[in-house]
Amino acid sequence: MNSLFPSIVSRSQSSSLMNFFVPIISIVLTLITGSIIFVLLGFDPVYALYTFFISPISSTYGISELFVKATPLALIAIGLSYCFKNNIYNIGAEGQLTMGAIFGGGIGILFHDTNAFWLLPLMIFAGAIGGALWGLIPAILKTKFNTNEILTSLMLVYVALFVLDYLVVGPWKDPFGYSFPKSRPFSESGRMPLLFDGLRVHFGLIITLFLIFISWFIFSKTIFGFQLKVSGYSPKAARYAGFNQTTLVFFAFAICGAFAGIAGLAEVSGPIGLLYRDISPNYGFTAIIVAFLGRLHPIGIIFASLVIALTYLGAEDAQLFLQIPSAVGFIFQGLVLFYLLGAELLINYKLTYKKLL
Amino acid sequence: MNLDLILGILQIVLIATTPLVFAGIGELVTEKSGVLNLGVEGMMLVGAVSAFIILVITGSYFLAFFVSILSGIIMSGLFAFLVLFLMSNQIATGLALTIFGIGLSSMLGKQYIGTPIDGLSPWFFVIFSFLIVFLVSYFFYKTKAGLILRAVGESHNSAHALGYSVIKIRFLSIIFGGSMCALAGSYISICYAPMWQEGMTAGRGWIALALVVFATWKPERVLIGAYIFGGVTILQMNLQALGLRFPGQFFSMAPYVATIIVLVLISSNKLRIKLSAPASLTIPFYKGR
Repeated sequence: MNSLFPSIVSRSQSSSLMNFFVPIISIVLTLITGSIIFVLLGFDPVYALYTFFISPISSTYGISELFVKATPLALIAIGLSYCFKNNIYNIGAEGQLTMGAIFGGGIGILFHDTNAFWLLPLMIFAGAIGGALWGLIPAILKTKFNTNEILTSLMLVYVALFVLDYLVVGPWKDPFGYSFPKSRPFSESGRMPLLFDGLRVHFGLIITLFLIFISWFIFSKTIFGFQLKVSGYSPKAARYAGFNQTTLVFFAFAICGAFAGIAGLAEVSGPIGLLYRDISPNYGFTAIIVAFLGRLHPIGIIFASLVIALTYLGAEDAQLFLQIPSAVGFIFQGLVLFYLLGAELLINYKLTYKKLL
Repeated sequence: MNLDLILGILQIVLIATTPLVFAGIGELVTEKSGVLNLGVEGMMLVGAVSAFIILVITGSYFLAFFVSILSGIIMSGLFAFLVLFLMSNQIATGLALTIFGIGLSSMLGKQYIGTPIDGLSPWFFVIFSFLIVFLVSYFFYKTKAGLILRAVGESHNSAHALGYSVIKIRFLSIIFGGSMCALAGSYISICYAPMWQEGMTAGRGWIALALVVFATWKPERVLIGAYIFGGVTILQMNLQALGLRFPGQFFSMAPYVATIIVLVLISSNKLRIKLSAPASLTIPFYKGR
């Protein structure tokens, strides 16, 4: 006779099969739980799931919107994987995104009546610098003062949000804006070019795909990527091999911050076109889910960003057609992360049934 | 300044700071056992909305707080199951709990936005918040159970070797933290506001997390920290009402900046961080090792 409950036994080597299946399992379980929630709320689950996951992407415009939402998520998530691969818990990407938007957007506001080819590249560069500088604060505190980066990076999110708030109600307020808390609009050449007429998907997508490709190259073909991976798996082995941990922490934070900063700039110079308070619907936090769901792998992150972007779009449609608040999207995002984290157990441990007799 | 004004401001500070004390002391107990739960904001919101809904439906304050605390137990129980039994990453699980809680509370509370209720007098809870801090402090430093809890947070392997159930103690600590966060939330929706609004805890959960670090994991200092933060917030509102031209955003970011500074101060000295932070914080416990 076997015991009723399985016992958890450590695997000698993590299972690559499970590494592939765990995200899929967690998405399926999320959909099942989601339908149960819809039934409890008195909706036809098939109609509700259709409204949530199919109807938002059943038009060209919908697909374009999916890419608009997936662009910042994928870009931040690939940046985060530089940190997470090395077991650095940078959870402040939202702040780095905000700083990128402030730096890049600041250039856009400064040159609001200039139309020149160099404006957008300069803004992107400034965005990357802003994000990287904000990311370097926890890196410096971690390496110089041994300060835990989880809390510092998180606290810096709120500092950055208040800085943005101060700027758009104070010095950067649009003088013709009827005292709304927003900046002047950027000039035409300070905006991300649209990829197709009439659709909002913009050049940020190309930048994102390019940076994902570069990251894939760095992760799989360079010494730096190898060092990141090794020191993530075993800090002791990395020290023995002579890898400089301080340098790795600096690079990981700077790259992640720069990517998040570019994502922030791409948002304000893409769909938004100016600076105001709510430039990001929590992209920086949601990207953490994307990074985990994509298993820190470039291809995985692309797919994960599309799945999570769909929860944003589905939530908007659910609000429109089912009269459910759009925050329901957060329920799905939370659930998928719960299931994913729970199911991750299967990668490093296996369940066995002990014989009782 | 006359005495009435000072007393008035003091009253407002007491009422506004109480939820920070509840959430902070709850999270402190959880962290003392070696678990970091970043889900404070989510648990507060679900606690706030469930208390509000039950009050509107039944009209009973007792039931409202009872169900709210129950919701905190369920939410933190979910977290505990994942991090203790499935050994999931505590940071990511806590974030998931917050994201989930924001979504769940908005959905449950949608039809209750703008529903009027009779608010409850906050004074019982204000006094209770002081009491609970001293009870927790007494528990930690004067009782054997408190010593065991701290031992589990410092070195789970040693505690396990001595025959204490690490999982059980951590489970109870997480549940206590969850109940306190839900209590903080229900206080906000029933005594402080009193109303329901999406995301009405307005980042207090993150401040509570900051408070625990600010307090260097000492219960009484949570009280001191909470009143510094609460006082600064109220001061900022009053100064703005008086028309001071100093941007309020810099006051609002003060708790976060202060937390970073405290973190740097306590961690730059390796010995001091060792004495302050529970050594096993965020490290999962696996018996089979």
